[in-house]
Amino acid sequence: MEEFLSVTGQLFTGFGENCFIFAITLLAALPLGLVVSLGSMSKFKPLKWLTKTFVWIIRGTPLMLQLFVVFYIPPLASQGGFAFDRMQAALIAFIINYAAYFSEIYRGGIESIPKGQYEAGYVLGMKRSQIFFNVVLLQVIKRITAPIGNEIITLVKDTSLASVIAIPEILMNAKDFSMVGLIWPLFYSALFFLAFCGILTLLFSFIEKKLDFYKG
Amino acid sequence: MALLQVEGIKKSFGKTQVLKDISFSLEKGEVLAIIGSSGSGKTTLLRCLNFLETPNSGKISVNNTVLFDGDTKNNMTDSQIRKNRLHFGLVFQSFNLFPQYTAIENVMLAPKLHNKKLKNGANYKGLTKPGEIKALIREEALALLDKVGLSDKIDSYPCNLSGGQQQRVAIARALALNPDVLCFDEPTSALDPELTGEVLNVIRGLKSSDSTMIVVTHEIEFARDVADKIIFMSDGVIEEEGTPEEVIGNPRSPRTQAFLSRFNG
Ligand SMILES: Nc1ncnc2c1ncn2[C@@H]1O[C@H](COP(=O)(O)OP(=O)(O)OP(=O)(O)O)[C@@H](O)[C@H]1O
Ligand SMILES: [Mg+2]
Repeated sequence: MEEFLSVTGQLFTGFGENCFIFAITLLAALPLGLVVSLGSMSKFKPLKWLTKTFVWIIRGTPLMLQLFVVFYIPPLASQGGFAFDRMQAALIAFIINYAAYFSEIYRGGIESIPKGQYEAGYVLGMKRSQIFFNVVLLQVIKRITAPIGNEIITLVKDTSLASVIAIPEILMNAKDFSMVGLIWPLFYSALFFLAFCGILTLLFSFIEKKLDFYKG
Repeated sequence: MALLQVEGIKKSFGKTQVLKDISFSLEKGEVLAIIGSSGSGKTTLLRCLNFLETPNSGKISVNNTVLFDGDTKNNMTDSQIRKNRLHFGLVFQSFNLFPQYTAIENVMLAPKLHNKKLKNGANYKGLTKPGEIKALIREEALALLDKVGLSDKIDSYPCNLSGGQQQRVAIARALALNPDVLCFDEPTSALDPELTGEVLNVIRGLKSSDSTMIVVTHEIEFARDVADKIIFMSDGVIEEEGTPEEVIGNPRSPRTQAFLSRFNG
């Protein structure tokens, strides 16, 4: 029993790190992704290609590698002059990585709105911004809810990658127990993820239901 | 003096010239039907009138005010273009209703946005209080939906309406801004045959209430019946123009004859 409580405490402490990374990444990457998506849809070609290249590199390389780069390269490059601490490095890598993924979802959502919706707004004398906020935005949100939900659930599990730069998150703690012969905490830690993802799934199906008042 | 005056409109997309010198005029309360084969530039002409496309040259005037002049077109500001658009309404082939709004919300959206923040001194039909303006806009929207025969569908979303009903909401939505000229681009082409009648009847009804309209259509019988004036377009030019009896009853141009013979066969 004492062992169970101590394991539970350890895992909870670790899961706190996961939740922290999760929350900050979401808060920053959701809006940042919108900025990136606007860049990738820009009519100004250099900006468009720069953004597209950025998204290609971020999506085309492992998040683990990106964590290494953000954590290890600055001190090497500045010969010890500058370094992020572990959590800063993790957050930077996660935010950039997820902003790139979100930006593609936003872009897909925005570009899927038929041209006729904008034109209907124009012939009614609406401004671009009025069309965006009053006509397009909700339709985009409806279309991206499912893919964003998917991505967010992936993020929950990805947070444990932070262990590769030695952030004491839940899986790292569970693995430490296995080193001393305790295997079950590994499975126990799975329950944390399952519970968290279960809540998110409920939340997203609630949002989808809310947006189900119209079709199209 | 004519309500609408179109002079020498030309429009190219890249190297293809789609409109080659289009001129016509329309009196207040007149209905103009435009017929012509696919690709002759009918949609492009309506889009130019509604400033969805910018003509390369030509002139568009409404009520003796020049809205567009090909020589000075580059000086048009966004807000000028928006103001110009309000002289025209456009009903699309594919309705383009806003799916997240009910029928009445679709009709009310633009008037509400235009009268949201009235600057000092401005009013909406004599009203200045936001609450009263909103109530009036709603009343007007109800009247319009009644006019198109949809009083019982005001709170329906487009996804729950038939094509004919959706198109009638789209007509009410266009009417809500009181355009000088209401344009229709093949308003019944996307509809099942049994639904075209209800939409055409609404347009007939508008004619009797003195709306000025331009209707692009493939419904030759309807054009003959409702139009005061018919234009047959072919290859970006007005091939023939006149009363329904002249253009449909007695076409002079061989191209018009060939086009019409397909409908009588
Ligand atoms: N945005 C565009 N870019 C390039 N070409 C275009 C564009 N819009 C129209 N065109 C071309 O202009 C020509 C006229 O098109 P338009 O849609 O005006 O014809 P239409 O008379 O309305 O035909 P339909 O009866 O099929 O609707 C066509 O050849 C079309 O391919
Ligand atoms: Mg057309």
